[in-house]
Amino acid sequence: MNKVFKYIVIDILRNKTVLFYTLFLFVVSFTLFSFEENTAKGLLSLLNIILFIVPLISIIFSTIYIYNCSEFIELLICQPLKRKYIWLSLFNGLAVSLSFAFLIGCGITILIYEPTATGMIMILTGCLLSVIFVAISMLGTVSTRDKAKGIGKAILLWLYFALIFDGLVLFLLFQFSEYPLEKLMMVISGFNPIDLSRITVLLRLDVSALMGYTGAVFKDFFGTTFGFIISLFVLALWVIIPLIISTKKFQTKDL
Amino acid sequence: MKIPFLILFICTQFLYSFVQAKTIYVGKNKSIKTIKDAVKSSSHGDSVIVDAGTYYEKNLIIDKSITLSGINYPIIDGEGKYEIVSIKVSNVVFTGFKIQHSGYATLEDPAGIKIYDSNNVTILNNIIDDTFFGIYAQYAKNCLIKNNTLTAHGKEEQEIGNGIHCWKSDSMQIIGNKISGHRDGIYFEFVTNSIIWRNQSIKNIRYGLHFMFSHNDSYINNIFSGNGAGVAVMYTHGVKMYNNIFEQNWGDAAYGLLLKDISDSYIEGNIFVKNTSGIHMEGASRIQLGKNIFKNNGWAIQIQSSCMDVNVSHNNFLGNTFDVATNGTLVMNTFNNNYWDKYEGYDLNKDSYGDVPFRPISMFSMIIANNPQTMILFRSIMVSLLDKTERIVPTLIPENLKDEHPFMKPIAL
Repeated sequence: MNKVFKYIVIDILRNKTVLFYTLFLFVVSFTLFSFEENTAKGLLSLLNIILFIVPLISIIFSTIYIYNCSEFIELLICQPLKRKYIWLSLFNGLAVSLSFAFLIGCGITILIYEPTATGMIMILTGCLLSVIFVAISMLGTVSTRDKAKGIGKAILLWLYFALIFDGLVLFLLFQFSEYPLEKLMMVISGFNPIDLSRITVLLRLDVSALMGYTGAVFKDFFGTTFGFIISLFVLALWVIIPLIISTKKFQTKDL
Repeated sequence: MKIPFLILFICTQFLYSFVQAKTIYVGKNKSIKTIKDAVKSSSHGDSVIVDAGTYYEKNLIIDKSITLSGINYPIIDGEGKYEIVSIKVSNVVFTGFKIQHSGYATLEDPAGIKIYDSNNVTILNNIIDDTFFGIYAQYAKNCLIKNNTLTAHGKEEQEIGNGIHCWKSDSMQIIGNKISGHRDGIYFEFVTNSIIWRNQSIKNIRYGLHFMFSHNDSYINNIFSGNGAGVAVMYTHGVKMYNNIFEQNWGDAAYGLLLKDISDSYIEGNIFVKNTSGIHMEGASRIQLGKNIFKNNGWAIQIQSSCMDVNVSHNNFLGNTFDVATNGTLVMNTFNNNYWDKYEGYDLNKDSYGDVPFRPISMFSMIIANNPQTMILFRSIMVSLLDKTERIVPTLIPENLKDEHPFMKPIAL
C-alpha cells in the first residue's frame, strides 16, 4: 500500500488547490481568533466556517481528483495489484492529505488560542468531516462515469448535507410539533455527519445553555463520555460504510 | 421667686438622672460575662459594649431599646441549634458582631438576626456566617440594615434560607451588604417604600434578588452576579431599578432579570452582561427601559406578547446572540433610538441616526419561540441563510417590531 499511497499524497500536496485551501483555513481561523475578544466566541465562528467549508472542499476536490486520475487508475489496474488495494490507497491518500491540510490550517491556530478539550474535539471533528466527505465523494464517483455529472452529484450531496437535510428537519419538527421529538432528533442527527459534529461541539460550549430543554436532553446523552464515544462511532460509520460500498463497486466496475 | 427656680433645678436634675443612659460592659474580665445578663440588667436607652470573645447565648432576645455594640467582632454562636438574635422591640441598634452557626428548621425559619414587629432598628457592620436565614425582618418599619456581610454554605435550595429576608415591612433601608451562598440573596414580600442600595448579591443558590408584591421600592447600584437563576421580580408596581449590574447568570433557566406582572416601573442605567437571558418580560406594562447596556447575553430581551407599553430606548446592544425575542406577532411596545451592533444600515444625512429601520428580531428566534425543539438547528447554515433572507423580506417576524431610528454608533452612557 505504501508506494501508491505515497505517490498520491505527494501529488495532492503539490496541488495548488490544497495549498490554497490550507492557507485559506489558516488565515480565516487566525483572523477569527484575533478579532473576537474571547476565544470561545472565536471558536464558535470557526465552527460555522468548518461546517461549511471543510465538507465542500473535501467532496468537490476529491471528486475532481479521482476523475482526473482515472488514467492513472487504469494504468495501475494493468499492474499486478489488487483493485481493493488501489482504491483504498487512493482513499488513504486523499483522506490523509486533506486532514493534514485541515490540521495545518485550523489545528495550529486552535492549539495556540484554545488548547482545551473543546478545541481538541473541534480538531477531531474537522478531520473526521474531511475523511467522511472523501469517502462520500468516492462513493459518488464510482457510480458515475461522466465527470460533469459526477461533480454535479457531489455538489448536490454537499447541498443536501449542509442545507436540505436541516430544512427537512425543520419541516419535520413543525409537522410534528405536538410530539416530543427530542429522542428521535438524536437519532436523526446521526444521519447527517455535519449536524452531528455541530451538536457535539456546540454542547461543549457555553452557548448550549441557550438550547433549553432540547439542549438539556442532548447534553444528557452527548455530553457524557459514553455519548461522545457513540457520536464518534457514528461518524466513523460514515467513513466505513460508504468506503465498503464504493470498494465493492470498484472491484466489479467495468472500466 | 427663688423657690420655683430651685424646684425647676431639682426637677431637671431628677429627670436627668432618670433619663441618663448607662453603659454596661460585657467581657471575660468584666463583672457581666454574658450578653443575656447585660440585656437583663439594662433599661431603655442604655448601651451594651461587648468585648471580643465567643459567647454562647442560646437564643438572645433583645426586648429593650438599647444599643449593642461589639469590639473587634465578638462571636455569638448558635451552636447549630438556635435562632441567634431576636429583636422584639423598637429603637435597637445592633452593631459590630460576628454571628455564626444558627439552627436549621424549615418551620420556624431561625435566622442570624430576626426583627419582630419593630420600628427603627439599626443593624450595622455585622458578619453573619453559616446561618439558615441571615437577617430576617417581619412587620418591621423604618429599619436600617447596613454594611453587613452574610455568607452561607448551602448546597441545595431547600437546605438554606434567604440572606436578607423582609416580610410585610415598610420603609426599609438595605445598604451596602454583601450576601453569598444563601437561597435568595435579598428577598422581599409585601415590603413597600424601601430602598436597596449598593448591595452585592453574589453566587446565591437561587435568586440574587427576589421580590413579590413589594410596591414602590428602589434598587440602585447593586451587583447581582453568578446567582443560580439570576433575579426574579413579580406582581409589583412602581419599581425603580437604576445603575445595577446583572451579570454571569448563566444556565438553563437563568435570567439576568425576570419581570413578571410588573407595571409602572423604570429600569434605567443598568448593565446586563453574560446572562442566558438579559431581561425576560411577561405581563409587564408601562415600563421605561432606557440607557441600559446589554452585552454578550444569549437573549438580550425576551418580551412576550403579553407585555404592553414597554418603551425600549437609548440602550446599547452589544454581542448578544439574539437581541430580541417574542412569542407572537402582537407587539404593543416601542423600540426607539437604540444602538444595535447587528445593524447594517447607513446614515446619509449624517444625523447619527440610521436611515433605514432595524428589525432586532431574527427569524430563527421567532421559530424557536413557536417551537423550542427547533433549537437543535442552532448555528446551522440553513438557519443563518433563513435569517438573512428574512431580514431582507420580512414575512414571519412581527411587522411593527422595529427600531425606526437606530443609532449608528454606541451611545455613550
